[in-house]
Amino acid sequence: MSQPFRLNRGGRIDRHAPLQFTFDGRPIDAYNGDTVASGLLANGVTLVGRSFKYHRPRGIVSAGAEDPNAFVQLGHGARTLPNRLATVTPATPGLKVRHVNAWPSLEYDVMSAFGLVAPFIPAGFYYKTLMWPRRFWPLYEHFLRHAAGLGHAPDAPDPDRYDHVHAHCDVLVVGAGPAGLAAAHAAAHTGARVILADEQAEPGGILLSTCEHVDDQPGPNWADATVAKLSAAPNVTLLPNTTAFGLYESNLVLLAERLITDQPDHAGSEHGARIWRVLPKQIVLATGAHERPLLFGNNDRPGVMLAGAISTYVNRYAVAPGSRAVLFTNNDSAYRTALDLTDAGIPVAAIADVRSDPDGDLPSEARAQGIPVYPGAVVRHAHGGRRVAAAELCSLDGDPLGTVECDLLGVSGGFAPALHLHAQARGPSQWDPTLAAFAPKPGHGIHPAGAVAGELELAATLRQGTQAGATAAAAAGYSNGNEVEAPGANDSTQAPIQPYWLPPGNLARAKPQFVDLHEDVTLDDLRLSLREGYESIEHVKRYTTLGMGPDQGKLANPLATGVIAQLLGRDPASVGTPRHRPAYSPVSLGAIAGRHIGPLADPVRVTPMQEWHQVAGARFENVGQWRRAWYYPQPGESMHDAVARECLAVRRRVGILDYSTLGKIEVTGPDAGEFLDRVYTNAWKRLRPGRCRYGLMLGEDGMIFDDGVTARLDDQRYLMFTSTANAAPVLAWLEQWLQTEWPDLRVYLTSVSEHWSNIALAGPRSRDVLAAAGTDIRLARQDFPFMTFREGHVAGVPARVFRISFSGELSYEINVPADRARHVWEALVDAGRPLGITPYGTETMHVLRAEKGFIIVGQETDGSVTPNDVGLGRLISRRKDFLGKRSLSRPDSVRPDRKQLVGLLTDDPAQVLPEGGHVVDAPGPRRPLPMRGHVTSSYFSPVLGRSIALAMVAGGRATLGERLHVATLHDDRWLPVRSCNPVFYDPQGARQHV
Amino acid sequence: MQFYSLPNLIRRGLRGHRDWTPAWRKAEPKPAYDVVIVGAGGHGLATAYYLAKLHGITNVAVLERGWLGGGNIGRNTAIVRSNYLWDASAHIYEFSLKLWEGLSQELNYNVMFSQRGLLNIAHSEQEMRDLARRVSANQLNGIDAELLSNDEMSKLVPILNTSPDTRYPVLGGTLQRRGGVARHDAVAWGYARAADALGVDIVENCEVTGIRTADGRVTSLETTRGEIRAGAVGLVVAGNASVLASMAGIRLPIQSHPLQALVTEPLKPIFDPVVMSSAVHVYVHQTDRGELVLGAGIDAPVSYDLNGNFRIIEHVLAAVCELFPIFSRVRMLRQWAGTVDVCPDASPIISGTPIKGLFMNCGWGTGGFKATPGSGWVFAHTLAHQEPHPLNEPFALDRFTTGALIDEHGAAAVAH
Amino acid sequence: MLLIPCPWCGPREDDEFTFGGEADIPRPTDPDALTDEEWADYLFMRDNRRGRHREQWCHTAGCRRWFIVERDTATNQILGASTYDASP
Repeated sequence: MSQPFRLNRGGRIDRHAPLQFTFDGRPIDAYNGDTVASGLLANGVTLVGRSFKYHRPRGIVSAGAEDPNAFVQLGHGARTLPNRLATVTPATPGLKVRHVNAWPSLEYDVMSAFGLVAPFIPAGFYYKTLMWPRRFWPLYEHFLRHAAGLGHAPDAPDPDRYDHVHAHCDVLVVGAGPAGLAAAHAAAHTGARVILADEQAEPGGILLSTCEHVDDQPGPNWADATVAKLSAAPNVTLLPNTTAFGLYESNLVLLAERLITDQPDHAGSEHGARIWRVLPKQIVLATGAHERPLLFGNNDRPGVMLAGAISTYVNRYAVAPGSRAVLFTNNDSAYRTALDLTDAGIPVAAIADVRSDPDGDLPSEARAQGIPVYPGAVVRHAHGGRRVAAAELCSLDGDPLGTVECDLLGVSGGFAPALHLHAQARGPSQWDPTLAAFAPKPGHGIHPAGAVAGELELAATLRQGTQAGATAAAAAGYSNGNEVEAPGANDSTQAPIQPYWLPPGNLARAKPQFVDLHEDVTLDDLRLSLREGYESIEHVKRYTTLGMGPDQGKLANPLATGVIAQLLGRDPASVGTPRHRPAYSPVSLGAIAGRHIGPLADPVRVTPMQEWHQVAGARFENVGQWRRAWYYPQPGESMHDAVARECLAVRRRVGILDYSTLGKIEVTGPDAGEFLDRVYTNAWKRLRPGRCRYGLMLGEDGMIFDDGVTARLDDQRYLMFTSTANAAPVLAWLEQWLQTEWPDLRVYLTSVSEHWSNIALAGPRSRDVLAAAGTDIRLARQDFPFMTFREGHVAGVPARVFRISFSGELSYEINVPADRARHVWEALVDAGRPLGITPYGTETMHVLRAEKGFIIVGQETDGSVTPNDVGLGRLISRRKDFLGKRSLSRPDSVRPDRKQLVGLLTDDPAQVLPEGGHVVDAPGPRRPLPMRGHVTSSYFSPVLGRSIALAMVAGGRATLGERLHVATLHDDRWLPVRSCNPVFYDPQGARQHV
Repeated sequence: MQFYSLPNLIRRGLRGHRDWTPAWRKAEPKPAYDVVIVGAGGHGLATAYYLAKLHGITNVAVLERGWLGGGNIGRNTAIVRSNYLWDASAHIYEFSLKLWEGLSQELNYNVMFSQRGLLNIAHSEQEMRDLARRVSANQLNGIDAELLSNDEMSKLVPILNTSPDTRYPVLGGTLQRRGGVARHDAVAWGYARAADALGVDIVENCEVTGIRTADGRVTSLETTRGEIRAGAVGLVVAGNASVLASMAGIRLPIQSHPLQALVTEPLKPIFDPVVMSSAVHVYVHQTDRGELVLGAGIDAPVSYDLNGNFRIIEHVLAAVCELFPIFSRVRMLRQWAGTVDVCPDASPIISGTPIKGLFMNCGWGTGGFKATPGSGWVFAHTLAHQEPHPLNEPFALDRFTTGALIDEHGAAAVAH
Repeated sequence: MLLIPCPWCGPREDDEFTFGGEADIPRPTDPDALTDEEWADYLFMRDNRRGRHREQWCHTAGCRRWFIVERDTATNQILGASTYDASP
């Protein structure tokens, strides 16, 4: 195709770099420098989408991020990008662009039938119907859901990855239009570190769209020169294609930088994005303004565009968006568009101006060029179907002024500052009657400059930008005395705008007038909303879905404020605008997630023996961040087989467990014993050095928080073991008490979890293995009794050996420096081989401890369990206070029917109870059925040759031996059980003392 | 009240929808009411509705500081379920769920309650145990609950990443088929309209500035629109409970935190149920409009500020991209926050107070939306009878003295 | 995001810190002497103030020291920080 609408001169496109992309399979010729939108327009493609609700034909409205219509799907497969705006997507070779939300084609969309029933499906129609019959709702919903939605999600995982950059600077300038460039230049001149971010591919903003001059050169040339200067400055970081999408407290600004590629295999023109977290000292906001659309009948027809966008397409992209134009305005700016069009050889058939006497410089010039100007006139409605064909003009009183043929209808309802970031930073704004829009109130820490501050004149904008840049730099501590002079531009006199919100009387009643093009919210919808009492701007938004589309109502909201104010007869200031929420422009989830996915989602912690476990064929489980050996299946073994083998090995011979994940905290200082007395339920001061003791730690609410053994290393030094999962919380908890409540205690806490690996030898032959591995510690029972510890060497490595047991067997827990742990582990395994040493994992550890009735915090307990509940009341000291003690005497803590730890034995010894299954007295079909408790742990015990279970049962300890029933989870059956003492194996504890 | 129906929609549509009347009156406050409810959110409006409907008490005002439904009812992620662990919670949430099932018809306002099923994911052996425990309890409490394997999860939501190679693989989960989502704003509007039709005064832009008492009994409220006498007062002000209670000299076991949520741009339908994971702190579903709605965990610091910490959003989105790798290229459209009042046991307070005639319904934490109908129902009963209904008796303020907490977060049920 | 002014390390992003709740809730010296109501007040009841709020923070990923921050909970504006030694 030959680009019939390409102007033969001008523009910033590179005519030496032609390229081709496709739209719905149709090849589109364009140039480097085009956007998808300008490429489509150059080829006469004006129908680009269908509206969200009524599926009306829609065209390109703007030349930027505010477009409500131009949503397309880019690329295909895993790299497809749904709902991208054609107006901001650079045209790249081979790019595949498809329409969204129309079927079977954009031209013939069956869902446009919704337009026929539009009178019966106004805003919120679904609240009033689709209620009967009740069971049909899923059907209705299915239909609604499939009618809604825009693009399609990719069908495969994202092959791209996304980086985050953390940056600091003195001055962040958002927006590189005239104000932003001037501000960046002025700030950089002081030596301040400046970041200048702009959402477009090329900095320059409005300067690239108009023919105005700066410093006696064409605007684009001045912009290029300024950008070149800034690029060369070492203290300036220039970020094009970068949208500031969120401004948060502490001046945190988030930028999304689009990374553009022209590689065809990337399907979309973006290959990812980079998120910048910037903490600037000062912020200059130069985010510009959005032109407001105007209301008239069928104001959504393709070919109806913002006047400013027409200028952009003509001047920046050398594209004629139409062949004969009508302009409709209430301010002077559309006259500039008229002159641009005329200059490009596109006839302007009429300018309808709401104002009765437009007499500024620009209107005069337009008149001088012979453009027909209709003062006091409005467009009543647009003719045409898939493209505007004519504009019907009338006076404000409704007198017909004729129908003017056109295929381009440019509108300008004035400009609304792009306050989004200012508002996100909770900067206050005020209604500015000269703009008929909200503008920022000055003096709130952020420096607005240019159109966002309500300044629409170029010369003043440049002055304001320069001033803002210098002020911001000074506030950040930079001022070199010789301020830069503001660039100069011609001051023109502009006549004031005349707000025009809705057509007077019933001017355009018969045709829909769209306030929000994306959401298909019409003037009638707003009327209905107000009529039904949804008057607050937030109610209007939620009831009509005004501004809730992917364009976030950038064009619709400023218009709606004025319309609602006029409908209610109120001051627009009191109507307000919906809260501006991040993101200004949508940002991909993957970009925000960054690298924190896959293996980097959370660190994986492993012990020094990890490789050994892998070689030994271990299966692993996640325990918090740790990856722990779960069991070691031998070839052909099921998990059940492997665990049974491991369990019996420990009970009959010897097993070895990597228990390095346990938390270890050294508690040192003269008051260490006193400190432990306060945090543990039992007494510690009199524990002799060399001895160990099991302790329970409670929250102040009296509930078990953690448990573990603590050893007294010497007079002023204790080593505390915590459960694996609680290592960090316990340390934090202890530190908090120590620092905030008991700073007088001379105690120091040091986490040594990572420094010491812990290897548990368990089983009747463990003493023999330890001896065989070589140790200078005397192992005889009388020399090294149960619940003591010794320091010495194991396999030549300095070691702390604890005679403690979580299996109920003779057991040694051997702590060695982590860097030697693998050596010691292998030495023990070698030494134990003749004795049948068997590595065992966490599952076997759980079975062994359950056979002994030992609790696991977090499995038997759930934050609502006291020591007494699990039968550990004997560990509660009556002679001292400790954290949580007072809570144990509250009425609920002493109820006799609290849930208590018991054992459960099934009638059928082969039946393993489901963990989590609830326990009842009498099964039955009644619901709710009173429950007594639940199964916390349940295993097949190989040594007992039957199943065992631990359970928390209300009043259970007093009624041991009673008949209970446990519910199955999947098949509605009941398993008969009897309660029993929770210690199933070696109840006297003889085996650990041998 | 104008009846909402398809025939009426068509009939009025033919007349340009010009004769619809306001859903609720813009009432001026009267000097005195039998019952004044502070807070025109979901729970407050539901309370007023049931007071009028079931207890015949229609001399009722609902006072709202800002615009009706502007608090958490308009900010939540709209999830409804009843699969709570402890009996007290299970009973009140299930009661509420049953009310949800007929709510559109009850109010003659389509709240678009969609029982599309709700999945909870387990990522560890202990989580599987905890979920199994909850399923068993739910089943015996008469609440539908199923324990699912990894494969079954995968069949229900094919786009869920159930591969064993992820950092925290999906081991299995639970399904409550009757769980789902509703159109949150419509709940507030539907209750407002129905309550208004029964004579309740809904007074917007009326901020309570003081609570007056005499002889240990509440007498009136000072407001920005004058003093209003009240026979009984119900404070239903999520995100502000401590502030209001302090006006009556009451301290609450509540801390207020920002809770953030976000939506993406709309997409064609890609999955049906609600998917929640407490381990990675995320819940996600797709709205009827096609947007993905995502919720996060709460910000740690106490705050009434509605600027949540963006780190939380980053974490949520990382978790979502892990669970749903195809969402990575979908874009976040809007993020926001609400203020949640969290009790130490993650369960609410629906209770009388030391001051006679003053009642509180607060502390719902992150889970209040789903309870809206049930909460309003029991609170109306409590206000009408000046004593709790058996369903809310366990949620008394004095449980923090006796220790009879209903610890839902300690017990595996995710708190949302 | 809050910039927390650690008295030892200077202002740092809140990611490095752990929030420790309301400050100035001293543990009763003799809990056994308290009524259940008094104990509950210490244990659970909070001012949860909207406005000036004294609270505990720990620089977990830094110096690991606890200190007190004063912050306006309505705006998140930080009004000051003090160490336990210096606090009244």
